[in-house]
Amino acid sequence: MNAFLAILRRDLRVAMKRKVEVLSGLFFYLVVATLFPLAIGSDLDILRKIAPGILWVGALLSSMLTLGRLFEADWQDGTLEQLVLTPHNLSLLVLAKILAHWLLCSLPLVLMSSILGLMFDLPLDYAWVMMATLLLGTPILSCLGAIASALTLGLRGGGVLISLLVLPLYVPVLVFGTGAVESLAAGLGVQAYFSILLAILLPALFFSPWACAQALRVALE
Amino acid sequence: MMGFLFRFASPQAFYRLAGQIIPWLVGVGTLLTLAGLWIGFFIAPTDAQQGEGYRIIFLHVPASWMSMIIFMAMALWSFLGLTFKTRLSGMMTSALAPTGAIFAFLSLWTGAMWGKPMWGAWWVWDARLTSELILFFLYLGYIALTSAIENPARRDKAGSIWSLVGSINVPIIYFSVIWWNTLHQGASVSVTKAPSMAHQMLIAMLLMSLAFWAYSIAIAFYRVRTIILQREYDAHWVQSLPEAQ
Amino acid sequence: MNWNSWSEFFLMGGYAFYVWGSVIVTFALLAIEVLWVLNARGSALEWVKAQRSISE
Repeated sequence: MNAFLAILRRDLRVAMKRKVEVLSGLFFYLVVATLFPLAIGSDLDILRKIAPGILWVGALLSSMLTLGRLFEADWQDGTLEQLVLTPHNLSLLVLAKILAHWLLCSLPLVLMSSILGLMFDLPLDYAWVMMATLLLGTPILSCLGAIASALTLGLRGGGVLISLLVLPLYVPVLVFGTGAVESLAAGLGVQAYFSILLAILLPALFFSPWACAQALRVALE
Repeated sequence: MMGFLFRFASPQAFYRLAGQIIPWLVGVGTLLTLAGLWIGFFIAPTDAQQGEGYRIIFLHVPASWMSMIIFMAMALWSFLGLTFKTRLSGMMTSALAPTGAIFAFLSLWTGAMWGKPMWGAWWVWDARLTSELILFFLYLGYIALTSAIENPARRDKAGSIWSLVGSINVPIIYFSVIWWNTLHQGASVSVTKAPSMAHQMLIAMLLMSLAFWAYSIAIAFYRVRTIILQREYDAHWVQSLPEAQ
Repeated sequence: MNWNSWSEFFLMGGYAFYVWGSVIVTFALLAIEVLWVLNARGSALEWVKAQRSISE
């Protein structure tokens, strides 16, 4: 547990020194969300309808872009090898890194989505549901993306390769995340969507660090 | 029984076994193809609603099935490779991938060719076609990942891990796409709804599916033999092969 | 037998483009795959021979 917290604290501290990296993901999200109304037109009826989809895809892309860096820095300065060699449970350490990454890169996106919702005239209750689905969904994205990041450690074309690998796996999360808002719009309940997202999140939190640990060992051999 | 199977886990033994099986598969596959096409194009009657256009299913359905079966076969080999640490398993997984990708593409192509005259659009976002598209992306991802890794041991293991991760997600993806499709039902109709089938149509489809299966195994065996040659090139048994003189 | 003549067969009741478009692309891609695989084996065998010459 101590090791978990130590890694978590360390990653957060290191990132605070390099705020630019963290903020660039947020800025990317803002830019993407701004581009769509510019491309499609300012008809609020249309924008209101497409807002959940765009804000979800924007958050997805932004969090995906930052995933390449999850293990990169530690790998380059040799810290990763040290982590693999410690007697501590590598899966637990990986979970700490994923959590740190999510807190720094994805949680700001979740919070920002509500503000961006204003740009699309998204009604408040829709915005709440969307934020909640992002809150449940972005950790899943981080977990899946971490596996891809671990597998592609040190490979050429890493970032694009991660995107190609992970986008098919993101589809269910995207579908259920945006589906909740659609369901609300149709006057139906959203309970089922949250249950499904939770049902995907919990195994992912358990399975992904383990798979990452396997992938990291393979990459470092 | 396990001992018997494990004997063929050595590249040398498998090289020989596969080499013996391939000609049989080619023969059987050719016969099945000819029979399937004959029945499908000459014996099976015209469909009441879809006219002659429905005959595309004799290619579309087998291609779809193979794209899914091959992905599962890759997962099985991946699982075996990670569990028993056999080198051959990783080689078989890589050998299967290109064929699976081609069948996934053909499924999409023939699906579009079927959909356009029947439903007026080259692409409709129905659950089966959309899932097939995502499966195609999963194949491309696997191929891209394994192409980017130079070290053979790392390539096999990384590919196997990703093949398993992908396979576990395929049912979730399929389920989510069906859900998404029913949410946004609108005017979309399932493109891949087959006509109510006369028995000659079913027979032709079955024959073509078996034909594609024989083809896939033959091609995968052939490809894995090449991979074995490349990886084991400095082994004495490879150097002594008649074809390598 | 469905067809009264070869030209009827090729016309496929008006769906010729779609049916033959599917058939041709399918068999073309599979043929390309076969050629590719044959070629790869040939290259591998050449390479094995070359490796042996180097080590001798």
